[in-house]
Amino acid sequence: MTTMDLNTAPLKGQMDKLFFKKRLMNFGIPAVILAYLTYVFFAFDVPGLWERASMDNARTLVSDTYSYKTHVTRDNRTGDVTYAVEGERKGEYPEGMSPEWVTPGTTTVIDLTGGHVVRFGPETIEYDIPGYGLVTATPSRTQGVQAILPEGDVPQWINLSKNRLAITTDAGRLTVTRNRAEVFRYFYGWELFFFTLDSPYHGLNPFELAGRAVSGEAGAIWNDFWNNKMWRHGDVAWAIGETILMAFLGTFGAGLVALPLAFLGTRNFMPVRVVRFAARRFFDFVRGVDSLIWTVVLARAFGPGPLTGALAILITDTGTFGKIFSEALENVDEKQIEGVSSTGAKPIQRYRFGVIPQITPVLLSQLLYFLESNTRSATIIGAITGGGIGLLLTQAIITQKDWEEVSYYIVLIIVMVMFMDWFSGWLRKRLISGDEGGH
Amino acid sequence: MADLTAQAPGSVAEIQAQYADLTRRKRIYGGVLLALFIALMMAGFRTADDRNAGSFADGYQRIFDYPAEVLSEAGEKVAELPAHVVHFFPALVETLNIAGAATLLGAILGTLLSLLSTRGMAPWPALIPVFRRVMDICRAIPEIVIALVLIFLLGGGPVPAMIAIAIHTAGALGKLFSEVNENASLKPVEGLNSTGASWAQRMWLGVIPQVGPNYVSYALLRFEINIRASAILGFVGAGGIGYELKNSMSWGQGKYDEAAAIFILLFVTIVVVDQISGALRDRLTHGNRKGA
Repeated sequence: MTTMDLNTAPLKGQMDKLFFKKRLMNFGIPAVILAYLTYVFFAFDVPGLWERASMDNARTLVSDTYSYKTHVTRDNRTGDVTYAVEGERKGEYPEGMSPEWVTPGTTTVIDLTGGHVVRFGPETIEYDIPGYGLVTATPSRTQGVQAILPEGDVPQWINLSKNRLAITTDAGRLTVTRNRAEVFRYFYGWELFFFTLDSPYHGLNPFELAGRAVSGEAGAIWNDFWNNKMWRHGDVAWAIGETILMAFLGTFGAGLVALPLAFLGTRNFMPVRVVRFAARRFFDFVRGVDSLIWTVVLARAFGPGPLTGALAILITDTGTFGKIFSEALENVDEKQIEGVSSTGAKPIQRYRFGVIPQITPVLLSQLLYFLESNTRSATIIGAITGGGIGLLLTQAIITQKDWEEVSYYIVLIIVMVMFMDWFSGWLRKRLISGDEGGH
Repeated sequence: MADLTAQAPGSVAEIQAQYADLTRRKRIYGGVLLALFIALMMAGFRTADDRNAGSFADGYQRIFDYPAEVLSEAGEKVAELPAHVVHFFPALVETLNIAGAATLLGAILGTLLSLLSTRGMAPWPALIPVFRRVMDICRAIPEIVIALVLIFLLGGGPVPAMIAIAIHTAGALGKLFSEVNENASLKPVEGLNSTGASWAQRMWLGVIPQVGPNYVSYALLRFEINIRASAILGFVGAGGIGYELKNSMSWGQGKYDEAAAIFILLFVTIVVVDQISGALRDRLTHGNRKGA
């Protein structure tokens, strides 16, 4: 007991110190993180973000991803009525064709369902709104738009001025200006995904299509689908191919360039210090000059396209691989090389049977790991240099209205990256575990 | 190897024949794979070359034209470089902040996701596959996709980039973290459980102290990667040094000294952060680094 008493004082002091340190860590680290995030919160002006955020854009984006609209447009000067999906030329109904919810004639009757009916007459435009009444508007070149509304206050969803009438209801939207009247009707889904309206296969169900395909039209059906003007399936497939190609060429090209260079940067294979130092600094430099800078520099020399992207990945990864490979080479087991040389092997054979088998697993697994991550990089670089699916994505975003295409591309990108992830994992397992048996 | 010994061959000649057969087959497989690989590389290169705006044959001498132009102009105006470096320093800080905040948020989110998807630690074992898929999807989305969409919604600035990088980081770190978690001992968790600790207490006191150093090491590596990502996102309109680089490049000739200053800033930052985080990671994992 007495000895214990003697020792407690310094021990207690130690423990107190330890606990104080631990307490400091436990409270200090979260406090520092919190302080940093608070600083960032204000440095990035997050409070002002809500004012800058555009709720209209958000609404367009969300509604566009799951629905589309068909425009029925009347040119008020000629009286011609045209129908187009999303109001785009490539979504136009061919001459003489109209959606089944529109009855063409001297008075075009547009059924917006739920009792909402719009009539484009020879002179006046009428919109019969259930629960509100009939709105008529007469556009004229001289007097603007003369609208007659039911008695009472003008509701919020009707926007009326001298030259413009806009009515937004749940069923659709009508806009009348001096020059034209336009009705939007909204539908769920992605429009014309398989066939555009000018294709004879539009609107057929899968069984009819299968029947037609069997009777010898498979080629024409495929052609109409593949060259769909709205969704450009062929181009999209090419773009994805280009992106994967960039990743493939970049990764394996970098591997091929980096492997011989890696020998120069190792202590055990490169006795000359200067060369070793130079090789290592070269790897550091190439890695340090970010892929962004390489992309910019290469785009000046080669112009936009997949080659530029592939080379940018190749150059950046040469540095990374050089570093990883030389580390792997330095960890090579000398015993195996000795064993091979004891059988009288020449230097080349020593490398082939003593060194290469030892580093192949590391090499392959790194290459395949980077193949997946470079698929993502290729998408990003493609968006900057203009190649592959990245380019299509940026183009679709810039139009600010083809959000269904944007979401389609995003889904494709995710599927592509996940596929490459799975594929490289599968290949890694096959190549590495299958090779273990006997080098 | 196992199947060779199991067969118990009759004579030496038989063994020899079998061995020769085996090596021949191996060689054929190897040769076919190599030929396929070379053919793919060549065909791929030619396709990429065809679809590029300028071909490799025309362009490769011009690779160094642009850097040479930039360097020569920067050389002429070398006196102005320090001023430019000072001028662009705040943009660099913004880029670093984007990377830092995104790494922090991503690491916090990734920790949660990884704990929720590790057997033995997950509070709802039935939902493990769901959280795994969530991580997979977060990991698969390239940052630029989320950033571009968010720029449309929120306007240009650092926040879209931060969110985009954080989401990707959460997925990437979540996967690495759950690999670390698999190796953690569950005994402290059981011990804490017997004292009636809540799930959060069990994780915070039982798991995090075991896995902390590895977590920090992975997060540091991610921070390096995120600096690069944040510079790239700046290029598409998310603020920071990338945005300045794009501007100074689009001015064209006469402003190359600014571009040079930005190149230098970016290069030095990446190298310095690489070195510091490399040294820190070495210390955290006591010299036995993972990977190679």
